[in-house]
Amino acid sequence: MSVRAQVLLWSLQRLSAAVLAVCVVAHLATMIYAVRHGLSAADILGRTRGNYAWLAFYVTFVAAVAIHAPIGLRTILGETLGWRGTLADLVVLALGVVLALWGWRAAYAVFA
Amino acid sequence: MSTPHSSPLTPLPRTLTVRVWRGAEAGEFVAYDVPRQASQTVLDVVTHIQRNIDPTLSYRFACRVGMCGSCAMNVNGKARWTCRTHVADVAVDNALEIAPLRNLPMVKDLVTDMAPFFDKMARAKSNFKGAATRADEFARVMPDSPQRREVDAAIECIGCGVCYSACDVVTWNPEYLGPAALNRAWTLVNDVRDVGNQERLAAVAGDAGCHACHTQMSCTERCPKHISPTAGIAGLKRAIAVAALKGML
Repeated sequence: MSVRAQVLLWSLQRLSAAVLAVCVVAHLATMIYAVRHGLSAADILGRTRGNYAWLAFYVTFVAAVAIHAPIGLRTILGETLGWRGTLADLVVLALGVVLALWGWRAAYAVFA
Repeated sequence: MSTPHSSPLTPLPRTLTVRVWRGAEAGEFVAYDVPRQASQTVLDVVTHIQRNIDPTLSYRFACRVGMCGSCAMNVNGKARWTCRTHVADVAVDNALEIAPLRNLPMVKDLVTDMAPFFDKMARAKSNFKGAATRADEFARVMPDSPQRREVDAAIECIGCGVCYSACDVVTWNPEYLGPAALNRAWTLVNDVRDVGNQERLAAVAGDAGCHACHTQMSCTERCPKHISPTAGIAGLKRAIAVAALKGML
């Protein structure tokens, strides 16, 4: 991987971390609100179905996770197991794709 | 304020128990009893062992006054410059454990091979690259300019290797350039006379460069010259981001 690409990955991880900081707080606040107000699954779906704001929020949240986690895992694999190189990069890329697809599927499920 | 090594009222123990690493990678700690003295440094202790107990002990030193960066060792688990480290400040239960620096190949006893450390300085383009000739006017660098202030904060490195030994990222990622090399690069990035920065920034970027730093700050904590390589590394990340946005990386 070129140095330019490595710098891009580092930058993407920092940017995604900033997005996650906001999204995680909003997500936790939403969960606490739902629990404290005794919202049922039907109540929650009633708020999320057809709601483009919630869809945009969770699509963004999932995108940040799918970018952030594989880049961090790439560093962890290299530093703790000494596993570096193209194969390791492809494995974490695959992880990112899977996280994105699963997450977006879930976001769509509560929207549609 | 009175310190343990300066107070004439504090009676010193008669001897100090010192465990010293002997051998290379396949070595062991050997214990010695060394007479305790006022204002005794760790380098004094090692020198006593070599001159009075076992002349085969190998260690490295030169100036004895904190200028040359030769005498760094691991003392009770922490990298230190031994010529300016008082026994009274670091001994635990009147005992010392002295080992060679971490993250460098052992040669013998307390001597490490510093070649990887200085090779990485070279990889980080730590040499000044000027464009002026003797026919040109002297460069004018204002002492209070922001760039000169950045240089001042980082320029006093003596190349002792303490930061390199203290850095966990060097342990985990042997290709990592390390705090000293990156700190040196940062001084040159801020040298307005230098013309090698495009090449230098590319050399210190990426997985083996400043972007590998975890900002744990062990280098800053341990640097005997109170330099903060962590701050320089953060500066390099900013400079590289700007260079990347300009398409110069």
